[in-house]
Amino acid sequence: MKTLFTSFATSLVLLCSTANGQDNSMLDMLNDSLTATTPPMAVTSAFKATQIINMVTVEAVGKRTLQFIIMHRFGELSDGAYALFGLDNAEIRFGLDYGITRGISVGVGRSSLDKAYDANLKIKLLQQTPGRMPVSVSVYGLLTHTTFPLKNEKPFLNARLRTAYTSQLLIARKFNSRLSLQLSPTLLHFNLVPSLADKNTMAAMAAGGRFKVTKRISINAEYDWLFGNPVTSYKQYPSLSTGLDIETGGHVFQLVFTNSRGMTAPYYLAKTLGTWQKGNIYFGFNVSRVFNFNK
Amino acid sequence: MMELIKRLLLLLLCSSTLKAQQFTSRNGYIGFFSGTPLEDIKAENKQVYVIIDTDKKQLAFTCLVKGFLFKKQLMQQHFNENYIESDQYPKASFLGSYTGDVTINKKGTYAIQVTGQLTLHGVTKTITAPATLVVNGQTLTGETMFKVNPADFNIAIPALVRDKIAKQIDVRVQAACNPK
Repeated sequence: MKTLFTSFATSLVLLCSTANGQDNSMLDMLNDSLTATTPPMAVTSAFKATQIINMVTVEAVGKRTLQFIIMHRFGELSDGAYALFGLDNAEIRFGLDYGITRGISVGVGRSSLDKAYDANLKIKLLQQTPGRMPVSVSVYGLLTHTTFPLKNEKPFLNARLRTAYTSQLLIARKFNSRLSLQLSPTLLHFNLVPSLADKNTMAAMAAGGRFKVTKRISINAEYDWLFGNPVTSYKQYPSLSTGLDIETGGHVFQLVFTNSRGMTAPYYLAKTLGTWQKGNIYFGFNVSRVFNFNK
Repeated sequence: MMELIKRLLLLLLCSSTLKAQQFTSRNGYIGFFSGTPLEDIKAENKQVYVIIDTDKKQLAFTCLVKGFLFKKQLMQQHFNENYIESDQYPKASFLGSYTGDVTINKKGTYAIQVTGQLTLHGVTKTITAPATLVVNGQTLTGETMFKVNPADFNIAIPALVRDKIAKQIDVRVQAACNPK
């Protein structure tokens, strides 16, 4: 009888515990089934902007979204107090980028340096997804065209010779919500180079990343270099840049320090004439604003 | 003999839990809307897991916050990165009970009152809202609307965009559930 009583009591306890525990078990069951049946979701927003500093990021402008970007580089810090540490003069690039689909965007831009126009196409190939794809990959093609006036001594300078091409593979990984890194193996081709000793086609690498310090502010750094010594007629230095991203709604402000004067790939990769050691540092900013054409 | 009684008792217990009438859905809907003169913000999640237990008068739902889709991609990015922090708090869930009588084998619309705990952005708050349960054949459709205040869920909104995000966000939940 005693055993019957104990077993009855245990059953009663069990019953009560299931009744009480029902609450959480119901939600636990739902959560388990949600976790079990939902495929892993893509990792997005590796970077806030379409530029780390100079190098383009794997991020494309959203679908049916137009981005207006102003990139601005003041003069050298080493110009000293007389030129207000470079603030007296500046180079600027205006750019417009439009997202055709979620993964394809096109853009045009115009730089004051060499009065150059540029056009680009960015296509997303792979999207980082936990357990499936470790990195996000995009291809990026850029055409640059200089329009400074035809000089008498260079009557050969036709449209073809004013054009350069950049092809990049953008490989990025968002390691966690703070840290994202990107590598961009690059092929550059100049239709015209300053001397016979210079190579028309050169390989380069751009490497950069961001570290978020708050939800809306990140510290960025970037290092770009050429492989081999394709440039001999002038002294070309690797490009080293650092910056701060501040995101506010539809804007991203990027404050940057870099030793590159130009803001498109052929310039920062192959025409970086300054070094940090000599104080050839340009302070500047990138400001982007997006306009949505979705309802 | 003792063993037999014990088993019978257990069986009785088990059968009583089995009898519980549960309705579930894996494609419930949650939509939210924030309207201000400057900007309308709207998002929908159509992969909400829902369970309604008509015996115990309890219900629960859960979803991945990354499943909320916005028309504007940048808004969705900001929602996940800056506001809801979906990497850190991937799920939104609700667990509660309701009052009001529902006859599950009689077609009709039943008004009920739901009270429960909404967990969002790592914060749990009690929500009370009127709701309806619609019985139509085998399907039990639940629907409710309520308001949430982002500040209650520890979601900080910077001064710069304060005028673009409503103080109270309208949330609508709907799910057509079938017997489990």
